[in-house]
Amino acid sequence: MSRLFANTLALAGLIWRRDRIQIPIWVVSIAFWSAVLAAMLPSLYPPGPEREIIAQTFANPALISMLGPGYGLDNYHMGAIMAHQMLLFTAVIVAVMNIILILRHTRRDEEQGRIEVVRSLPVGRLANAASAVLVLVLTNLILGAAVAVPLALLGLEGMDWQGSLLYGAVLAATGIFFAAATLFFAQLTETSRTASAYAFAFLGLSFLLRAIGDISSEPLSVISPLGLVLRAQVYVNNYWWPVVLVLVAAGAPILVAFRLNTTRDLEAGIIPAKPGRRYASRLLQSPLGLVLRLEKTVVTCWAVGMFVMGASYGSIFGDVETFAQTSDLYKQILPSVEGFSLTDQFLAMLLAILSMIAAVPALQIILRLRGEERANRVEHLLAGAVSRNHLMAAFLVVAVAAAAVMQALSVVGLWLAAAAVVSDPFPLRETLAAALVYVPLIWILIGLAAALIGYFPQHTNLVWIYLGASLFTTYFGSLLRLPEWTKKLTPWGHIPSIPLEEVSAGTVFLSAITAAILMVIGFTGYSKRDIIR
Amino acid sequence: MAILKVNDVTKKFGSVTALDGISLEVRQGEIYGFIGPNGAGKTTTIRILLGIIKANSGSAQIFGMDAWRDAVEIHKRIAYVPGEVSLWPNLTGGEVIDLFVKLRGGHNKPRRDELIERFDLDPTKKCGTYSKGNRQKVALIAAFAADADLYILDEPTSGLDPLMELVFQECMREAKAAGKSVLLSSHILSEVEKLCDRVSIIRRGRIIESGSLDELRHLTRTKVRVQTAKPIPNLNDIPGVHDVEEFPGGFTFQVDSPRLGEVIRYISSCEITALESTPPTLEELFIHHYQREG
Ligand SMILES: Nc1ncnc2c1ncn2[C@@H]1O[C@H](COP(=O)(O)OP(=O)(O)OP(=O)(O)O)[C@@H](O)[C@H]1O
Ligand SMILES: [Mg+2]
Repeated sequence: MSRLFANTLALAGLIWRRDRIQIPIWVVSIAFWSAVLAAMLPSLYPPGPEREIIAQTFANPALISMLGPGYGLDNYHMGAIMAHQMLLFTAVIVAVMNIILILRHTRRDEEQGRIEVVRSLPVGRLANAASAVLVLVLTNLILGAAVAVPLALLGLEGMDWQGSLLYGAVLAATGIFFAAATLFFAQLTETSRTASAYAFAFLGLSFLLRAIGDISSEPLSVISPLGLVLRAQVYVNNYWWPVVLVLVAAGAPILVAFRLNTTRDLEAGIIPAKPGRRYASRLLQSPLGLVLRLEKTVVTCWAVGMFVMGASYGSIFGDVETFAQTSDLYKQILPSVEGFSLTDQFLAMLLAILSMIAAVPALQIILRLRGEERANRVEHLLAGAVSRNHLMAAFLVVAVAAAAVMQALSVVGLWLAAAAVVSDPFPLRETLAAALVYVPLIWILIGLAAALIGYFPQHTNLVWIYLGASLFTTYFGSLLRLPEWTKKLTPWGHIPSIPLEEVSAGTVFLSAITAAILMVIGFTGYSKRDIIR
Repeated sequence: MAILKVNDVTKKFGSVTALDGISLEVRQGEIYGFIGPNGAGKTTTIRILLGIIKANSGSAQIFGMDAWRDAVEIHKRIAYVPGEVSLWPNLTGGEVIDLFVKLRGGHNKPRRDELIERFDLDPTKKCGTYSKGNRQKVALIAAFAADADLYILDEPTSGLDPLMELVFQECMREAKAAGKSVLLSSHILSEVEKLCDRVSIIRRGRIIESGSLDELRHLTRTKVRVQTAKPIPNLNDIPGVHDVEEFPGGFTFQVDSPRLGEVIRYISSCEITALESTPPTLEELFIHHYQREG
């Protein structure tokens, strides 16, 4: 037994050494933003009857689907607000961190042949997996503490030590659970790309399950790890059992992963790689064909995912409509946007958010150009009769098209599901047209990625941060009453919310032009610079 | 004494049979060459010996222990160098060497520094910036800095320049002099010829020949170039003689090595004035075996 884990600690040390920058950045930024946002709350929600009324309107299905169930709405103090508005979002970010870090130290290292050398040393068969788990458990605990302590020290209304510790514990437990699940997915596939697709699909599914469950079926929410942790009712009732339950549940994927890890061959998956074609297909004759071939699986999975996501949100519209018709309170305080129902407002929000999610596969495709370069494979192409412009164009074309297709699919899914549950569904054609207005915004991000690839190839990840910021300002802009200029920093802040406002063809045109300019910058930089690792 | 013993090992990848019942034995203190065409199964065998993939049947033992079950125990006493060395881009060569040596449980700093000197490596550079040869040097230094009893080397020199190749051969001889054993898989046949005591030739997952170089040579043909005072009659008809070519005053031909004595006796009756016989090089031997079952 101990032989399986021989030298685990030494390998854990290696992981710390390798991630000496990355892990602290994750931890510090999550803790920092949590504290900053908490500190902003008192000015946003001064105590008084107005706050209580606002709290009541927050119990609407549209918001619940996005933020989770609101606990403590009858006494909506700073703690309750923080847990209601921020906990789920932060937990998702912690999950993303864990997925990325676990894969980096397991399947990706294995795929790159680094584990082979390590395993030739007196290192146990499970030492690598165990060291990754060990480091991430520690990281999550530190993260939990780093979030909890400042929150408690702020001493805001309702944010006591017990609640703050639970807040941190919920984040740590969620992180550990997703680390465990990812370790399991890393055993199944031969490539880290596929493993990461599984892990993120699992995260997305957990989110959707919770969204639907929170509105219509409590058990459905509790099955989802994200739904379960919210049942801790942080700062309101402070239940610890969901944390314990999630931690216990995390044991299962770890044990299964260990079991698979001891029996399988190094660098092999459990799902066998199928033999492929003997000859390249007609498609695979050009860089464009290569990109399509490389991205085939990713694009297909995302297409299905976007459709399901749209449909999941669409299915909520029935509840939103009923709520809007029956809640007197709601009618009293939110007649603000005349002529538009809560349903319309929810739709406007969803279209923007879906377009940001559709940006993810599009960005993955264009960033693959850089990934291929890092893996030393671009030289094979450039050594052939392919110009840099040609190569970049191939990736851009696919990314640009994917953006439009993804957005369209999610809206079709949304419409189909909504039409099934709403008495008076919104017209498909107009909704689709409204949704496609956002597509040039995705193109701007693609252009930004291309420009980064051209001029700052070591920093292409910045585009993810920018997308994250866009998502944050849209999601929380009005809840946190963020100043208008913060929204204007992202492309999404410049597009009116459809169908609430009119869009001019000019705005759309301008977005497309901006995207094109960024792409041209990308081409210029890319054809001038060295190909590097 | 056998340090490493592979007995009738079979390995399938799905429907592909990569190893089809191979057996090998490396004795204490010898350098054992492992050669064969691309895709023959050398790396697969080595990975089974390292316990990172599992044989479907047969046994693989090192130091009398099972390669899969006792991997950790075994690895304390072996050093491995792969042909394609992947390292962590943001660690330096020096860090990686120390890590490997430490994981194996030894630390011999003077030896490490001496090797870095001999292999002419800059240990302060990040692995991401090393060339292929330099990455290989990192793995070689880490291997030789360890006080291992068995070295398993899979094309360890495929990226080294000729000067470094010499340093490598020197290190190998030192290891041998110190009583260590080596399993060396390589496509550089001159290297194998210079270093190895015994070799095995593997082809399509089977060992087709093994033994000392002399023994293997015996299985093939020797090249002979002879000049005689009198013409040699019916040279073509003598059993074991092939590829006869005439030149002014003599012949060149090949002869099956076991019949060499017989053939020389026959032509000596024609008054030999000059005789040259070249044993087959490993390369010829290799090609001979490779093509034989073509
Ligand atoms: N993971 C795998 N899945 C399927 N087939 C494999 C796998 N690994 C190796 N093989 C097959 O096993 C055979 C032996 O491969 P191996 O790598 O051992 O060859 P090798 O002798 O080391 O060749 P080279 O001289 O090129 O290094 C090859 O036919 C190879 O395609
Ligand atoms: Mg090989």
